[in-house]
Amino acid sequence: MKQEFTISLFTEDHIGILNQITIILTRRQINVESITASESAVKGVQLLTIVVRTTSEMIQKVARQMEKLVDVLKVFVHTSDQIIYQEIALFKVTTKGLMSGNIIDNIVRNHHARILEVSPEYVVLEKTGHKTEITDLLSQLEPYGVLQFARSGRVAITKQVKELNVYLKEMDEANRVRSETIEITY
Amino acid sequence: MKIEKETEHAIVHVNGQEQITGAEALLQCLLEEGVDTIFGYPGGAIMPVYDKLLDFTGRLNHYLTRHEQGAAHAAQAYSMVTGKPGICFATSGPGATNLVTGIANAFLDSVPVVFITAQVTSGLIGTDAFQETDIIGVSMPVTKWNCQVKKPQDIPDTIAKAFYIAKTGRPGPVLIDITKDAQLEKLCFKYKKCDYIRSYNPLIPLHIKAIESAAIMINHAEKPLILAGHGVLLSRAEKELKAFAEKTGIPVASTLMGLSAFPSDHRLFTGMLGMHGNYGPNLLTNEADLIIAIGMRFDDRVTGNLKKYAKKATIIHIEIDEAEINKNVLVDVEINNDAKEVLKYLIPLVKENSFEKWIREFRICDKTEYEKVIKEETKPEEGDIKMGEVVKLVSDLTKGEAIIVTDVGQNQMYAARYYKFSNPNSLVTSGGMGTMGFGLPAGIGAKVGRPDKPVIAFLGDGGFQMTIQELGTILQYKVPLKIIILNNNYLGMVRQWQDMFFDKRYASTELVNPDFVMIAKAFGIPGKKVVMRKELKTALDEMMAAKGPYLLDVIVEKEGNVFPMVEPGSSVSEVRLTY
Repeated sequence: MKQEFTISLFTEDHIGILNQITIILTRRQINVESITASESAVKGVQLLTIVVRTTSEMIQKVARQMEKLVDVLKVFVHTSDQIIYQEIALFKVTTKGLMSGNIIDNIVRNHHARILEVSPEYVVLEKTGHKTEITDLLSQLEPYGVLQFARSGRVAITKQVKELNVYLKEMDEANRVRSETIEITY
Repeated sequence: MKIEKETEHAIVHVNGQEQITGAEALLQCLLEEGVDTIFGYPGGAIMPVYDKLLDFTGRLNHYLTRHEQGAAHAAQAYSMVTGKPGICFATSGPGATNLVTGIANAFLDSVPVVFITAQVTSGLIGTDAFQETDIIGVSMPVTKWNCQVKKPQDIPDTIAKAFYIAKTGRPGPVLIDITKDAQLEKLCFKYKKCDYIRSYNPLIPLHIKAIESAAIMINHAEKPLILAGHGVLLSRAEKELKAFAEKTGIPVASTLMGLSAFPSDHRLFTGMLGMHGNYGPNLLTNEADLIIAIGMRFDDRVTGNLKKYAKKATIIHIEIDEAEINKNVLVDVEINNDAKEVLKYLIPLVKENSFEKWIREFRICDKTEYEKVIKEETKPEEGDIKMGEVVKLVSDLTKGEAIIVTDVGQNQMYAARYYKFSNPNSLVTSGGMGTMGFGLPAGIGAKVGRPDKPVIAFLGDGGFQMTIQELGTILQYKVPLKIIILNNNYLGMVRQWQDMFFDKRYASTELVNPDFVMIAKAFGIPGKKVVMRKELKTALDEMMAAKGPYLLDVIVEKEGNVFPMVEPGSSVSEVRLTY
């Protein structure tokens, strides 16, 4: 059965990594629901957060193939309950539509949205939350004339206690010790 | 800044430090890595490297093939027989794209080859300049790692990294794309071999617990079977495999790529797995209660229908590439380590044992296969020459000591089935990709790598013509390769499938062939055409006695089919002996 997974992928900051990752997803016919890229808490390490829908068997295979890439440091796969996550959305709505009565005030208050800019022609609202919350707000705004709507990919923080730099340190030690003791055959 | 010039090598010193061009640095790097042989093809963008190559004559031997694909296959075969990474050069654009089949072939069969391509001057990248291709993008899905170098000072570290990645862990091809300006500009050369990359960890600590549970399973199994793959050869674990099998008494079956890792005439060897493998190991995979898979990846050609594969068996998978574990077959014990290290640790933990009754089941299958297939294939009394008997004769003649190279198709299956391999790394074939045209250039690479061994290439008349121009390489470098064409005037394997699954509708599989002996002659290669059975032995003797290259065009049965066969979609236990 397909379900939603969030892949947190830590990589070296090299050109072409994203391409290598999408090649793996494309071969397995997995659609990317959302993707974000940024520098992680560790300097020089990039974090890609990719949301996909697939089966749990397939996500394991795909994660192993991603981790196999030379420039990938570590891949974590999480279900939604294992992470704290948010998306951000911006809405541009006609001022005329919204200004009749208390509508705008109610909407902003009920949805914990923010007004970023007001002009005679349009109002820009910002909403941070889960995908469903953003979709809810969008459907509420639609009758008043949504001129533009843009939504970010997911950003996520894991609930797990062991952080990346601990993994990095472990990997580092394991390899350094062994590089000294074992001569590479071939 | 103090600059002085030496006349002889035009070496410039900057502040007392030697400055050389990127092109020279590249060649120096290769020497540092112990390289002495390169296969390649020049062109505009790579000219600075080729120019410098002249100054390295005697230290770096360059073989000019007749097509970049040939260079790629030759470099791969060289690696397969020497255990050293193969090196292959090509220019930008078409030179680079012509490599792609060869790169993909090395990738699927996990062979370390370092591909060096040239790129247009860095300022022109992205402008669709003359002979510009995004070879980094193109080769990304078929390389273990690739990288573009635009600055000369980045060359040494990148090459060091490339060698380290190519040959460690699960080996594979890497590609370095060097811009023309980086080849021409100068750097202060310093080389340090790479032995560590933060994001890449080929040395995985031994999974002791998993090995210990594997040992318990092995000690309690009643019908265990070892499946040996290419990984055994790549990790050089042949001795350990032999010791492990002999101590435990467990029978060994091999994948196509694993052939020659275990002696073919060993009492515990049961033959080849897979679509055209032997009857016993296919049939009895589904009877085994324990499967110990070593350095193999459960390819679909090996497993047949996965839903009906090895259902009675507990499966132990020893595999260096974690992504291969649980990919096709769900396993019970995963040991994600190097085969040699695992076997070394495992051998003392297993008890001495023997499985005579179980092995007898294989021998009964062997007898059936002999009666129904092998006898007629290897000792026919009348009719046209059969591919099997040619291979069998060569096997007897060389006592299994030769290096066998194959093309792809029926010739490959017959060579794999009927040659009795005595030494490790003595089969060079295109397994995962199934690349027609692989055989002839691979034969050249194998012979260049092992001049001390007889190297015999079995080719089909179809595959031979895909890379036939490499006869020119044989001519130029006097490569004493023995070529045997198993000529049935058909694309035999495709025809077999048309015969079996497409109502004998032979669509575009019949070939009208030229006179191969005459073609060989034009390339200075002596040869002979053999039609009659009684001429075959003498012709083979003559071929083996010839000092230089030799081509034997053996006219074989036109519509012979390879059996046994596990039909696509069938279970391995439904392996068919006849049709």
